[in-house]
Amino acid sequence: MDFVRIDDDTWEIPRDGAMRVPVRIYASARLLDLAKRDQTFTQARNVACLPGIQLKSYVMPDGHQGYGFPIGGVAAFDPDEGVISPGGVGYDINCGVRLLRTDFTAVDVWSRRKELLDEIFKEVPAGLGKDGATKLSLGVLKDALSRGAEWAVAQGYGWTEDLDRTEEGGRMKEADASRISTRALERGLPQLGTLGSGNHFLEIQKVERIFDPVAARAFGLEGEGQVLVMIHCGSRGLGHQVASDYIQAMENLIGVVGLPDRELVCAPISSPLGREYYRSMAAAVNFAFANRQMIAHGVRAVFKRVLGTDRGMRQIYDVCHNVAKIEAHVVDGRERRLCVHRKGATRSFGPGRTEVPDAYRKVGQPVIIPGSMGTASYLLAGTAEAEDLSFGSTAHGAGRLLSRQESLRRFRGEKIREDLGRRGIELRATSLRGVAEESSASYKDVDEVVGVSDRVGLGRLVARLLPIGVLKG
Amino acid sequence: MTERYRILDHPADGKFRAFGETVEEAFGNAALAMASLMWDWEKIPSRLEYPIEIRGRDLKQLLYKFLEEILYLLDTKRFLLGSVDDLTIEPGEEFVLRAVFRGDAYADRIEIFGDVKAVTYNEMQLESCACGPWVIQVVVDM
Repeated sequence: MDFVRIDDDTWEIPRDGAMRVPVRIYASARLLDLAKRDQTFTQARNVACLPGIQLKSYVMPDGHQGYGFPIGGVAAFDPDEGVISPGGVGYDINCGVRLLRTDFTAVDVWSRRKELLDEIFKEVPAGLGKDGATKLSLGVLKDALSRGAEWAVAQGYGWTEDLDRTEEGGRMKEADASRISTRALERGLPQLGTLGSGNHFLEIQKVERIFDPVAARAFGLEGEGQVLVMIHCGSRGLGHQVASDYIQAMENLIGVVGLPDRELVCAPISSPLGREYYRSMAAAVNFAFANRQMIAHGVRAVFKRVLGTDRGMRQIYDVCHNVAKIEAHVVDGRERRLCVHRKGATRSFGPGRTEVPDAYRKVGQPVIIPGSMGTASYLLAGTAEAEDLSFGSTAHGAGRLLSRQESLRRFRGEKIREDLGRRGIELRATSLRGVAEESSASYKDVDEVVGVSDRVGLGRLVARLLPIGVLKG
Repeated sequence: MTERYRILDHPADGKFRAFGETVEEAFGNAALAMASLMWDWEKIPSRLEYPIEIRGRDLKQLLYKFLEEILYLLDTKRFLLGSVDDLTIEPGEEFVLRAVFRGDAYADRIEIFGDVKAVTYNEMQLESCACGPWVIQVVVDM
């Protein structure tokens, strides 16, 4: 495979064979070498072969091997000639990140941080076998699927102003819950308002460093030491089942003949099945928005109980990093509506875009990039350049480096907990083996990932955040 | 006892190979392999049972849906699989799999250490050669 160097952090695999467009990679030489170890670029080339793909098949700095599409993959398709693929969104539809600010500093909460974590651990169900506190009927669940975070706020979870500070206003309006399978609904029913497990987490963080004081102020960051809360989770079993249902439906109706990978199965965006997948996916997106809305409410309730107030606990933003959306983009000087797939990639819209809330429109959309357990996370601002470079997208996290098996061979959960404790980071987890699998050494260096994003212009550095408490499902 | 399955390295997710003298035995071992990524199935008593029936247009789809049933029962019934019994596969225009899942409902004393989000077709292999047993390879999203 040929990698043509464009500059220090930009590479291209030229078109050949069945590729309709080249592959464009944003990575340092080191990150590029790491990604070459697995199937990332073969998968990005496969995506480049799909009908209706526009400009390039993109790989973000944290790219790694996925199913069908790579993780960290971005691809935009013409709505008439192009395709939509469940494998281009991922199984965890609208896996995403929400960030809350507070008026507290790390010093204020230091003596109470264990209590805060313990209370959140009780308040927010985490782990594989834990059900949500709310028992819903199917009818109510469908309402949540149609209205997303709006539904949750109407039920008393969180504040109305949170909606404006959520991608899509917390609700994809194209959502149609009527075609969601009973199996998917059954799986979602007990899970609304739960964190789940695996790589999902909730962290109490502090601002360690501010790079861009103007954007930081606009986002509600006041200075180093300020306490924030980060929530990383998705659409749980409901979203996984929706993805699986449409992979089967597309296989049965359209077939996989000629596809290099069965997980690349897709349907024309304009076909009945393509449209149905889009609307059902949007409903799963809304489930995840409602989910994070309920968890954020639980976090505020705990802060109020333990520290006496939830004043100032405004939502900075909530981003999706597994989604397909119809968006306006300029291609060859002409504005067009395209279906942008972001699989393990975050939207990074710059100043002026109408999708960016008023409060942030001068500085760009907040882009939230979680690190691995116990390491830094970042807040970035979207850029106008990203719209030309990657259909307005950047990285979504650190990106995995070691296999889970290798992590289990190398690390012990108990030891990791002790090490974190020595660094002043409290850990609550449902499983110590799970902690070993998610150890920070199992991931790439998030500092390097966001460094590429900043240098290339995909998303500008605003602040570096460090955990003081980690809750892992 | 001969090896039922082997967990393999995968850059980001879960990967395993399951073995069997027959395709049915390999399917049953694949189910245990997937369970082993989430809990220790050998420690799950047989207190509950779920008869299952799965249909697939080919063996790969049958396998995908069969393994997905474990996730479905986990999410909806909090059911932890401990054994797979009486597994039969009937070929025809559609493949039909019948089996009985035995296990127990989730309780706090059981450590759940992994989260399989979904079964995938990525690198899925289902093979037998004239000379030897069946080998099933599956990658799951974690």
